[in-house]
Amino acid sequence: MNKQSYINLTRGIIKENPTFVMLLGMCPTLGVTTSASNGFGMGIATLFVLIFSNIMISLIKNVIPPMVRIPSYIVVIASIVTVMELLMAAYLPTLHGALGIFIPLIVVNCIILGRAEAFASKNNVWQSILDAVGMGVGFTIGLTSLGVVREVLGNGSVFGYTFLTEDVSPLLLFIMPPGAFLALAGLIVLFNKLQGSK
Amino acid sequence: MTNNQKKFMNMVITLTIIAGASAFLLSSVYQFTKEPIAKAKDKRELEAISQVVEEFDNNPFAEKMIIYSKNQKDKLDFYPARKKGNITSFAIKTYSDNGFGGKIEMIVGFYISGAIKNFKITSHQETPGLGSKADDAKFKEQFDGFNPNKQILKVRQDGGEIDGITAATITSRAVLDAIQRATDAYNNFNAGK
Repeated sequence: MNKQSYINLTRGIIKENPTFVMLLGMCPTLGVTTSASNGFGMGIATLFVLIFSNIMISLIKNVIPPMVRIPSYIVVIASIVTVMELLMAAYLPTLHGALGIFIPLIVVNCIILGRAEAFASKNNVWQSILDAVGMGVGFTIGLTSLGVVREVLGNGSVFGYTFLTEDVSPLLLFIMPPGAFLALAGLIVLFNKLQGSK
Repeated sequence: MTNNQKKFMNMVITLTIIAGASAFLLSSVYQFTKEPIAKAKDKRELEAISQVVEEFDNNPFAEKMIIYSKNQKDKLDFYPARKKGNITSFAIKTYSDNGFGGKIEMIVGFYISGAIKNFKITSHQETPGLGSKADDAKFKEQFDGFNPNKQILKVRQDGGEIDGITAATITSRAVLDAIQRATDAYNNFNAGK
């Protein structure tokens, strides 16, 4: 793999991590991460949409007039998300039940449109796939770690496995919306600290 | 055509093609997944039913009946579970609009005596980690054998005999409301027979 491909693949994971650095896609980030497995599921769903939308956009980028590119991208992304949702409801009903209303929200997730506009519309298919994988993995890592923190603190369990005894009550706040902000802030501090020390 | 007109036509054509292609893709995927989605939904309901009633050898789905509450306001689905032809228990699909996040839908299983066996929440929008605990065994096990016709189906704060979920009293009340609705409909159905 040449240098440029490597940079495109890893950019989303650390240097421009969607959750901790770019702060994109905050709606699913704060909304679904009440448990580690929900965060992971949402991350993977976004990863798939991102790959397909980046492929599509980089394929059709030359035929779209610049003035109507945003509506075109949105239509393409919305179609991909809807197809994903239908397929999920049909073949993975459990996961569909868990992610529920958050799947249509992927349409308006800034990461998808952001990468379509900033990357896929200027690069070839292969590089766009690498970028999508990198960003998707970065987003998944972000959501999963946020989910782990919130589930551990707020519910005394991780990936559904409870480790607290009955008489210790967890910090319920972290499962509720304010806890999402607190946990995210803490993780961003940690992330910046780790990055700065390099 | 002037240059501007050309540009405009170009935009219109591109957008139309993209929209048309998307519509075609969506309608074909919809047709393709329609049946599996309906099947998955039926399977989920049948699973919920088998979790809340006694062992059965019939198909409760095929014997579905509709029962009404006293003023005909509520229409609930009623699923009998039979073993060797005799009804051993039954499930009623009920709901409450008083959840913390809106509507709660659930399936309640009853023994033939009218006592509750178990229930399963099939759809809700309660707070994860708080109200969502209504579907946990810890809250549900106290209902096994509870007879709403003989005991008071209310949370302790309201003078009843049910231990609500900590920090989710509204959800607990909504669950009881749904069970009460099912009980009322069943009593009305029984009285009419």
